[in-house]
Amino acid sequence: MTASAGGVVKAQIWNDPSARPYVEIERVNKSFGDFTAVKDVSLKVYKGEIFCLLGASGCGKTTLLRMLGGFETPSSGRILIDGEDMTGVPPYERPVNMMFQSYALFPHMNVEQNVGFGLKQDRLPKGEIQSRVATMLDLVKMGEYARRKPHQLSGGQRQRVALARSLVKRPKLLLLDEPLGALDKKLREHTQFELIGLQDKLGVTFIVVTHDQEEAMTLASRIGVMNHGEIVQAGTPSEIYEFPNSRFVADFVGSVNMFEGKLIEDEPDYVRIDSAELGATIYVNHGISAPPGATVWAALRPEKVFMSMSPPAGDDNGAGAADNVVRGNVQDIAYLGDLSIYLVRLATGKVVRVTQPNTSRHAETIGWDQQVYLSWDATSPVVVTR
Amino acid sequence: MVALPYLWLLLFFVVPFIIVLKISFSDVALAIPPYKPLLEWVGKHSLAVKLNFDNYAFLFTDSLYLHAFANSIKVAFLSTLMCLIIGYPMAYGIARAKPAVRNVLLLLVILPFWTSLLLRVYAWIGLLKANGVINNVLLSLGLIHEPLTMLYTPFAMYVGIVYSYLPFLILPLYANLEKMDWQLLEAAEDLGCRPWQAFYKITLPLSRNGILAGSMLVFIPAVGEFVIPALLGGPNALMIGRVLWDEFFANRAWPVASAVAILLLLLLVPFMMWYQSVQARESAGAR
Repeated sequence: MTASAGGVVKAQIWNDPSARPYVEIERVNKSFGDFTAVKDVSLKVYKGEIFCLLGASGCGKTTLLRMLGGFETPSSGRILIDGEDMTGVPPYERPVNMMFQSYALFPHMNVEQNVGFGLKQDRLPKGEIQSRVATMLDLVKMGEYARRKPHQLSGGQRQRVALARSLVKRPKLLLLDEPLGALDKKLREHTQFELIGLQDKLGVTFIVVTHDQEEAMTLASRIGVMNHGEIVQAGTPSEIYEFPNSRFVADFVGSVNMFEGKLIEDEPDYVRIDSAELGATIYVNHGISAPPGATVWAALRPEKVFMSMSPPAGDDNGAGAADNVVRGNVQDIAYLGDLSIYLVRLATGKVVRVTQPNTSRHAETIGWDQQVYLSWDATSPVVVTR
Repeated sequence: MVALPYLWLLLFFVVPFIIVLKISFSDVALAIPPYKPLLEWVGKHSLAVKLNFDNYAFLFTDSLYLHAFANSIKVAFLSTLMCLIIGYPMAYGIARAKPAVRNVLLLLVILPFWTSLLLRVYAWIGLLKANGVINNVLLSLGLIHEPLTMLYTPFAMYVGIVYSYLPFLILPLYANLEKMDWQLLEAAEDLGCRPWQAFYKITLPLSRNGILAGSMLVFIPAVGEFVIPALLGGPNALMIGRVLWDEFFANRAWPVASAVAILLLLLLVPFMMWYQSVQARESAGAR
């Protein structure tokens, strides 16, 4: 998992209260009949960002994108683009282009005609259309396929044509609906970085819809995690990954071990959680706002769990000897090359997922049915209350 | 089993066609059947074939036949055009309707086929005649003061043809439009098209094969249409089907009638071949 800060966006522009957002979504709701697809979403996206709307299918992310494009009308609330209220503005008058999930290439036109379509629509002079189409096709490395029809292209090539077509009009805002969904894994990874490079070069603001958390992590300057029509958390990829605000986000982005427990000590600088599931206490060196005795969850990423055959030395973050250590039995090992995943069964029956990088070529010390100690740093678990 | 359709074609298309072709080259005779044989024994050992081209030559000397051909093509063409104007929006509407509604609409299009064509044409006589339903309604509403003459006019004939052939245009066009990816229209609008421009630049070209297939299915039979002009069109509706009928049954000029039939077939062959190629393209999925 790499968390790169994609885009040309000025560092943390969203934290600057004086910055003017390029896209403002203000308390937008959308319902179809009695089904609410988008629930009270407010969001600000800044110039040059790659903002990813991440969520499972049916979470309302595509509906939100379609409202930005003008293909759906909000039931309430409003959308501003570059300070202008977009209510009632049809798609063909918005300073926005969209790349459709199906690519929606016109089957009766060749690549060149597809890309030039929007420019021709704007009645630009022929020469300019030609040169802009040629430049754009070169940019997406499709210059030699200009005369092909869409059905003569591979999935990846179609994706490039669709991208070129949506960028050739030089929109200030590009909406991308699952842009890499139809590509295989290798091509997808490759294209992700190309997409970032292109966005960087053209300075366009991207709003991307995806269900693939890895894609969101790679592309995004910020991610908005959506669930049941709401944005549950918005933040940079590392914020989302390291500081999830709920069990849903922790679980949806990356893999996580979730331990349910009772809050037994709640001090300003630390909390201690008694987890029956874990069979141990969890010591976390930051305070949270929850009443003592409340049920909370400690989310612990698999790569932040240490595994050893001898009892670990306690850390110096204030954790006691009994905190943050459990014993278990290695139940399963998945060797992935760069890292290995261990499933460790505790005495309570709970299975903990641990990943360890394979830094040494010959080390093969921990095997099946091995008794191991699992421990973690007091800074590692994230305590969530919902 | 495989040969069965070919046997069918041989018996009910090729053989009758050869018979008609043969008659078209023979002389008229006052006999039963009313033409002379092509083959004749001359002397003991020689068989003479006598091909008479007069029948074909005759069609080009009397302007009646060329008129009838020209008029048939005109009527078929205009009927096809009217079917297209009425049928395209209907096919489009059905294709874009919700699946449940769609089936009902399709059923409504097919429903007329459950009654015989003749009955439906007679029903139009009842609607169009001087004291028919339409005139009576218009009179009682005070919109007109004396009945309109509609029956036995070209108007009635066009109404009849367009009404009868409309489903043949709607069904293939619907089948074509139904496969259309409507997201293409959103893409076009996204790129700056107003809805009507998107229709003109995307939907229309993509439904070209459906338009052609439907039009051929109306045009080809409409050229030779006999029943509707005879029942609704009145005495002045000069259609080739009518001429054919008169030659066969009124004049008993079988050879001339056969020549008319052969010429009509030759006229329609290019259109049929075009229709076939459109069908082949359509089923191949290429656009």
